[in-house]
Amino acid sequence: MKIINSPFHFKGGIHPQYHKDLGDREAIRELPLPAKLTVPMSMHLGAPAKPVVKVGDIVKAGQLIAEAGGFISAPVHAPAAGRVKSIDQTVTAPGRSCQAIVIETSPEQEWELMPPIPDWGSADPKTLLERIGAAGVVGMGGAGFPTKVKLSPPPNKPIDTIILNGAECEPYLTGDNRMMVEHADHIAVGAQIMRRILGAEKLRVAIEDNKPDAIEAMAKAFEGVDGDVAVVRLHTVYPQGSEKHQIYAVTGREVPRGGLPMDAGCVVENVSTVYAIYDAVVNGRPLTRRVIEVTGEGVAHPANLMAPFGVSYAEMIEACGGYVGKPAKLISGGPMMGFAQANGDIPCGKTTGGILVLPPREVSNFTSQACISCGRCVDACPMRLIPSELSQLIEAEDIDGAANISLMDCVECGCCAWVCPAHRPLVQHFRRGKAIVNAKRAAERAKQQEAAKK
Amino acid sequence: MNAITVSTLCVGGIGCVSALALAVADKFLSVKEDPRIGQVADLLPGANCGGCGFAGCADYAKAIVTGGAELNCCAPGGAEVAGKIAKCLGRDAVDVVKKVAVVMCGGDSTSAVRRFAYNGINDCAAANSTGGGDKGCTYGCLGYGSCARACPAGAIEIANGIARVVKSRCIGCGKCATVCPRKLIKLVPASETVHVRCSSKDKGPAVKKVCAKGCIGCRLCTKLGDPGAFSADGFLCARDYSQPLTKADDVIAKCPGHCITKDAD
Repeated sequence: MKIINSPFHFKGGIHPQYHKDLGDREAIRELPLPAKLTVPMSMHLGAPAKPVVKVGDIVKAGQLIAEAGGFISAPVHAPAAGRVKSIDQTVTAPGRSCQAIVIETSPEQEWELMPPIPDWGSADPKTLLERIGAAGVVGMGGAGFPTKVKLSPPPNKPIDTIILNGAECEPYLTGDNRMMVEHADHIAVGAQIMRRILGAEKLRVAIEDNKPDAIEAMAKAFEGVDGDVAVVRLHTVYPQGSEKHQIYAVTGREVPRGGLPMDAGCVVENVSTVYAIYDAVVNGRPLTRRVIEVTGEGVAHPANLMAPFGVSYAEMIEACGGYVGKPAKLISGGPMMGFAQANGDIPCGKTTGGILVLPPREVSNFTSQACISCGRCVDACPMRLIPSELSQLIEAEDIDGAANISLMDCVECGCCAWVCPAHRPLVQHFRRGKAIVNAKRAAERAKQQEAAKK
Repeated sequence: MNAITVSTLCVGGIGCVSALALAVADKFLSVKEDPRIGQVADLLPGANCGGCGFAGCADYAKAIVTGGAELNCCAPGGAEVAGKIAKCLGRDAVDVVKKVAVVMCGGDSTSAVRRFAYNGINDCAAANSTGGGDKGCTYGCLGYGSCARACPAGAIEIANGIARVVKSRCIGCGKCATVCPRKLIKLVPASETVHVRCSSKDKGPAVKKVCAKGCIGCRLCTKLGDPGAFSADGFLCARDYSQPLTKADDVIAKCPGHCITKDAD
């Protein structure tokens, strides 16, 4: 099994303090089953799932409780056996409200698994793909794109490279690293299942060079796997885990503007997702739990927990010894791209990679000032944009002007805001601008559709 | 011939040929526009606010004459303009109720709590998507002034952490209602002065925890007020503007949520 150094290095990026030692001290442990689980119906990109159970129903663990709500959607399964207490509204981490099935868990846990497919090496790729869809597997790196859709590219877009994303470039987060160290063999099986579905020749495992244990474990796991397989040792730089940048770092190809990884002949999947693919196919277990890291200096005992979906952030923090002093900031995800939360009453879902608690000394309550045109954001931007000018155009309400200089290509990684000496909330400006452009485009599309009807 | 004569003849000749070509083009290629469109456009106020749902006054005028659009869509013009257009086109006059915008939230800084310190950009939609908004009440006005910036008439003021519409300046275009991320702004008949200024659908105790001027859903107003003047949906009461209200003072004085108020101006 060869380990190659990343041959390409994208422009820009930043080197924040990583604090990865906090949660990476011990192995992943199982969270004791909570008494109540609030399972959101929108844990993925696309249409929310539609509940198929009623209030009062007794459900087994792993039973289908909500079916996919459209083509780009994913079904939801009961994370634990129990009784459906209510079907309510809940607020999820990005601040949107959606339906949720509240399950009162029972002490005896009975599982309802799908039939395992142990002979995946000779099984029909379509059967494997259907299974991944039926198990509700979605991208667990953060965006939650349904994996079945990702693994069925149109025939005119051939895929020749599969990249397993183990970069984990966000500071603090170590869940993927733990998964690679502890479940390397299973991830290797999942990768081969993906390769069987896509028929790609090359398999690459992309890991940043600050995770030597994971690189070693993955190299060992792929020992003896035939074909063009390699572990790529990436430079440690944020945002190395971004799909587009990782494709460049591994293959030297660029994803065209507005395009998807498949336009560059690649499919990128997070290692936790690949583990979920393995679990769904080989064990027949639907996606009902994941590794969630509770970390930060504001938590007593930071750790990686295997937690069922629907457990609240507050319960997760409680399981890690609770807060140290008064927390200043609670973030869902990593510090760079995560969502700040108002309180811990938020349920964990398929895309919750981490819960970060920062104490007051780690949080600067800055006042933002006018742009001083120093150009540091331009140097840092890995998408080669001009954040300073973009933000000023958006502030002046010239949204079209910002769109003309590639506002929509911003990946919201936050490098610009991180380096800005004037503490300008650049990413927030871009999110606002992008939302306005998207709303405008949607309105235009609706208008065109109406005109086409006439 | 000297140079001056040659150039005069050349330029003059080109001018004559072009004039002829334009005259011919005008005869055969001209687009006939209904003269009434111009007349109607002149009658409209020319604010180009877009409140009618068309792209400006000229577009609305065209829609009235050619598409048979309703005459009462122009909020700034009101009954007067609608009447003039009806007369001009020989159509029947229509009823126009002048409407103004009202912010259905009374939770200002002194009565409503904030959950956390927000120090991001000054925009309501951006604030609303940061941890669900910093206001304790997830229904209430955030007070970052997106509506005020959208208002073409400068009729919205942000004071004490909440938006307030100055009735005399409001032209009723409804632009503020579309930009409000919490959909708090409603267009109501301008003659109405009493409103339930709360949009929280939460139960009483939850409302009391975050705001001193919130509707607790006690439904006292539906009993004290004139029949039908107030309606209740779950834990939120609302004024039904289709019914008259005569006992306003009594209702305002006795509302335990202190959320029914009378316009000052």
